[in-house]
Amino acid sequence: MPSEQWTHPEPGDGPAAVAAQPSPEQVIAGLRATSEGGAELTQLLTPEGERVPSPQFDKYVDDIDAEALRGLYRDMVLVRRADREANAMQRQGQLGIWVPLLGQEAAQIGSGRALRANDMAFPSYREHGVAFARGVDMKDLLGIFRCTDHSGWDYQRHGFHPYTIVIGNQVLNAAGYAMGQKFEGKVGDDDGEATICYFGDGATSQGDVHEGFVWAAVYDAPLVFFCQNNQWAISEPTERQSRLPLYQRARGYGFPGIRVDGNDVLACLAVSRWALDECRHGNGPVLIEAFTYRMDAHTTTDDPTRYRLSDELEEWKLKDPIERVRAFLARGGGADQAFFDDVQAEADAFAADLRDYTFNMPEPPPDRIFSNVYAEGNPVLDSQREEFLSYLDGFASAGEH
Amino acid sequence: MTDLQKLTIGKALNLGLRRAMEEDPKVLIMGEDVGKLGGVFRITDGLQKDFGEQRVLDTPLAESGIIGTAVGLAVRGFRPVCEIQFEGFIFPGFDQISSQLAKLHYRTQGKIKMPVVIRVPFGGGIGAVEHHSESPESLFAHIPGLKVVSISNAVDAYWGIQEAIKSDDPILFFEPKRLYHSGALRAEIDTSGTPVPAFSSQVVREGTTVTVVAYGPSVKVALDAAAAAEDEGHSLEVIDLRTLSPLDLGPVFESVRKTGRLIALSEAPSESSLTSEIAARVQQECFYSLEAPVLRVTGFDTPYPPAKLEEHYLPDLDRVLHAVDRSLSW
Repeated sequence: MPSEQWTHPEPGDGPAAVAAQPSPEQVIAGLRATSEGGAELTQLLTPEGERVPSPQFDKYVDDIDAEALRGLYRDMVLVRRADREANAMQRQGQLGIWVPLLGQEAAQIGSGRALRANDMAFPSYREHGVAFARGVDMKDLLGIFRCTDHSGWDYQRHGFHPYTIVIGNQVLNAAGYAMGQKFEGKVGDDDGEATICYFGDGATSQGDVHEGFVWAAVYDAPLVFFCQNNQWAISEPTERQSRLPLYQRARGYGFPGIRVDGNDVLACLAVSRWALDECRHGNGPVLIEAFTYRMDAHTTTDDPTRYRLSDELEEWKLKDPIERVRAFLARGGGADQAFFDDVQAEADAFAADLRDYTFNMPEPPPDRIFSNVYAEGNPVLDSQREEFLSYLDGFASAGEH
Repeated sequence: MTDLQKLTIGKALNLGLRRAMEEDPKVLIMGEDVGKLGGVFRITDGLQKDFGEQRVLDTPLAESGIIGTAVGLAVRGFRPVCEIQFEGFIFPGFDQISSQLAKLHYRTQGKIKMPVVIRVPFGGGIGAVEHHSESPESLFAHIPGLKVVSISNAVDAYWGIQEAIKSDDPILFFEPKRLYHSGALRAEIDTSGTPVPAFSSQVVREGTTVTVVAYGPSVKVALDAAAAAEDEGHSLEVIDLRTLSPLDLGPVFESVRKTGRLIALSEAPSESSLTSEIAARVQQECFYSLEAPVLRVTGFDTPYPPAKLEEHYLPDLDRVLHAVDRSLSW
């Protein structure tokens, strides 16, 4: 378990201990995006692509040889390329909105690849990389943003719950699901199941997230809270959400919290595996704060130049999650230029396929409005449907004459 | 074989919950104080003792948490039955109810089912402090994807709660709290007999002069008014709605075509309420049968008053009879 490096004074510690605590200004400064994430940041791969040994977490990525790392690199490149394509399609009026993940590929691929088939993930609405890692067809996902569907994948087959737009709701839903895993006796050994839920730094201010922490804690639910602290909740910075690093909140609920470099795919994979492993064995929950940065807007309706400085963006560009893996692979001989070119070509083809599909995405028939509101039907709704369809038929027959 | 038991609404609910838990191990009860205490109204009395702490969950104290985790448990395949202690405390859970519980089936084109029941003791007349006597059912009837029902008697309590738990749709189950332990409403129930279908409106007293439609605690008021009206020579037909969403207004239309007059009775404030909806639909369907405008007897459009004033706020027998007179004077 990670040590608590930023301890709090206990009653009786005396004035010296209290004085040794950081001032509120220092705490806030430590929260800001331009910080390095602090000494407590777990990192296995530096922004320069140097491998940092970790006595605690190396064992969780023992199996990640050059080939596996190339796989993680490929995942991130494909997801980023799809994200950029979708962003462009929104600008061209082909998508109603897009929620960019640019910069958060490592947090999502690292945690997503740590999951097993029987695990369940509860996403927010930016988790396109986790969706990809769970085998969700990106085409199915794009229906949400072209506004043809609310959720187009089989949540059970992929272990990937529908996107949740209302901030923080999914955290409680995930806590309930994880309680179910516990009640069914699916935790306690290496084969145990676990749940992971994703939310942002802004969501940590929501009551549902707090309640999710309480429920998961008191029922010992096998739940990994995966907070992607991308520094901005639309235009509100992290210091508008918290006076202390978010991972430290876990302590108040009685479970471990850890801050990981969210731009380091290897560290995200290792820390997520560790946390999921704790859950599988019945030692959950765990809070992971993936310290990362949203490189693009909150959504395509947003204009980040109104609220943040370009210096900040430039600083974070140097910590790019893909470039550091590329540097590590290239330097260590894990991949050659042909590999990088192949991945780029694959990503371009992937994006082109998404584009073709999106442009030709069928629109749902009008009576879909009425479908599946209830599992067991509703006579009032049935008569509304009939009336509406016969109204539409009226236009059809008028057109025939 | 018959198994006749004479039960109050409260005991009938308790026995109905017990049966549902016996029949399906996926049924869970969850809420504040539902375990050892048996709920603040003792509706879940003895269930934790017999089914254990994993099937009757004394939860932390947060309504969004109760409902939000019930949603997740339902995704996992459980059938949670949540208790909200008093209707006035349901609002922290409103977000989870309207955003997740009501919509997940629709959002996933039917892939996720939400067999969740939320039991809500509601209504006034118990002399309580604020937030303990309200009638917010119209707010939930307005949300697509939810079913909203209300019981008024022990037979429906026993069968209705079992039917609600068996349903694959999320159900808000409104219980008339002031009648839970009413000895007068004790009913003989054949607990091993054929289930009584609960979710359709029902004529509970036949009459010819004026129709009164009510639900939950107001059904008793309507029946008392009908008994009193008889002495004055008026024959009231009383209909118990039972289902508030979807509204089953067929029997109401039929009755209005017979009597030509309708009074819609409810404790809730009148503006934008179930009684508004009933009035609108009845004028749409029965326009040529109406001899008088549809009248409403309801709570006022105020917050629920201090309980020393509730006898004036709550529709009673006299206000119903006054409305009968107004209807007949048209």
